Amino acid sequence: MDGIHDMGGMDGFGKVEAEQNEPPFHEKWEGRVMAMQRAMGYAGAWHIDHARYAQERIPPHIYLKASYYQKWALAMETNIVERGLAGADELKAGHALRPGKALPRKFTPDLAAKLTRGSFHRQQPAPARFKIGDRVRTRNMHPETHTRLPRYARDRVGIVEANQGCHMYPDSVASNLGDNPQWLYTIVFDGRELWGADSDPTLKVSIEAFEPYLEPV
Amino acid sequence: MSEHDHDHDHSELSETQLRVRALETILTEKGYVDPAALDAIVEAYETRIGPRNGAAVVARAWSDPAFKTALLADASKAVATLGHISRVGDHLIAVENTPKTHNMIVCTLCSCYPWEVLGLPPIWYKSAPYRSRAVKDPRGVLADFGVTLPQGTDIRIWDSTAETRFIVLPMRPAGTAGWSEEKLADLVTRDSMIGTGLPKQPGVK
Amino acid sequence: MEHDHHHHEHGSELSDMQLRTRAIETILLEKGYIEQAAIDDLIETYEKKIGPRNGAQVVAKAWSDPNFRKWLFEDGTAAIGSLGFGGRSGNHLVALENTPTVHNMIVCTLCSCYPWAVLGLPPLWYKSAPYRSRTVADPRGVLADFGVSLPKDTEIRVWDSTAELRYMVVPMRPAGTEGWSEDKLAELVTRDSMVGTGFPKSPKDLT
Repeated sequence: MDGIHDMGGMDGFGKVEAEQNEPPFHEKWEGRVMAMQRAMGYAGAWHIDHARYAQERIPPHIYLKASYYQKWALAMETNIVERGLAGADELKAGHALRPGKALPRKFTPDLAAKLTRGSFHRQQPAPARFKIGDRVRTRNMHPETHTRLPRYARDRVGIVEANQGCHMYPDSVASNLGDNPQWLYTIVFDGRELWGADSDPTLKVSIEAFEPYLEPV
Repeated sequence: MSEHDHDHDHSELSETQLRVRALETILTEKGYVDPAALDAIVEAYETRIGPRNGAAVVARAWSDPAFKTALLADASKAVATLGHISRVGDHLIAVENTPKTHNMIVCTLCSCYPWEVLGLPPIWYKSAPYRSRAVKDPRGVLADFGVTLPQGTDIRIWDSTAETRFIVLPMRPAGTAGWSEEKLADLVTRDSMIGTGLPKQPGVK
Repeated sequence: MEHDHHHHEHGSELSDMQLRTRAIETILLEKGYIEQAAIDDLIETYEKKIGPRNGAQVVAKAWSDPNFRKWLFEDGTAAIGSLGFGGRSGNHLVALENTPTVHNMIVCTLCSCYPWAVLGLPPLWYKSAPYRSRTVADPRGVLADFGVSLPKDTEIRVWDSTAELRYMVVPMRPAGTEGWSEDKLAELVTRDSMVGTGFPKSPKDLT
């Protein structure tokens, strides 16, 4: 979706302000949100793509004002209800009113010792369409649902710099259309291709693009 | 949260705290999560998983040319050979700063970050100013961090739009010949591994 | 302003905006940049004198008078100006013809540009994020929000007013209005029909 989250190149947000010696969590509840998100992901409740898509659908004025973990919490509430894990009435009540669904797994304390992300590699559906060095054009696409092709990089010509293998395809996963594995490439753009002939000539920007985002040139 | 977006501090946080507590209560009562497991996750990110991991990787790469080659070829595999570092998943990529090219990592669409080697991302990394400006005006962003690159340096921005994760391998500071990995690791700042900073210089605090 | 809690009944919130506006006006007056009487006059003009009734007159005349209609589509500024509208704002006015095959809609995605001279001040919805963002991508969805649907094969032409050209839509004349006076015809012309988010009333709506 062409949402507020897709901020690459937007103006007006001001300076980057770094906090010195920033703690991982500024409030206890933030840690709980992060941990719940990790635990529910592991449990098989939803994929990261569902979490991202739910965040993207937060109304812009709330998205811009919400803190990072507030956005995660809002997205979690959305996914819990949308995926039938609990009802809006239960969220309102603050406790369960009915038993839960059966999930494939449960994150146990010992697993915190080896906190790694799962693998996103999936079996390749077909040979890769592009090879390293190919010139490609990103598509002028505007899906209403989740995608990982940012607006600033659509309908632009770049070079295939690397092949990252076949991954689950977020555009499908977030819409509950299955893993639909696709080849993933690093596409590098000359900065002027993105920002115009008058922009910084020393800049290159790359994205990780799935094969359906690309057309041959 | 919710439709009101006023920042009356006390009631705003209370509302968020209540909603988060409701979430945890419900997820626990439904059998989806174990609060002790949540505690363990929080503890891992508060105490164990952080930029010290990435610094150790960089220090090893500075010290051991074979490791550096392996790291740049397949960072996931290379880091996995360092048993004392936290484990990494399949998708880590190390990108090397050179006198010609300076690298910076961003996730314009959300906040994707190499958690396993850098821990949780700082707020600024996840903020609208960084996400919007890094891809268009990286030198302006570097200026916000007080960093100016030498003339003639190109900049390469990596927008982490999929599950591949990036870590910058900064250039080894001069005057560190013969240093132990531990001492070298002390020079490696978190920001230097994102690309918004440079490693410390020897003798500078 | 950092706070935008306009949903609260805090008297202090409304006062804040009122105070700031008063400060601006006082300073501009005291510096001699503006005159009180001129400000009052402008407000009165847009509250009472310039509004969609102007545009309705233009449309009614276009429906009634083929020569005027031709002139209107060739040179909107001049034709509309001949009725005493326009001029001051300095905008060029272009009239857009709805036909059985083409439906026109106007928007200003970048801010709120609008044909003030013939329609007066734009409504909130025209200046809102939903309208500005969706009209250029999903005009049928926006029309649905207005309870309007068009045949599937009608072409929709959206005009984004990105410069000083301003547009008004001339809707199709409703059936059953043969011989009507311009004044009576004007009563059928709604503001929304001249923006493209609605249709004129039909004769039975007037009874």
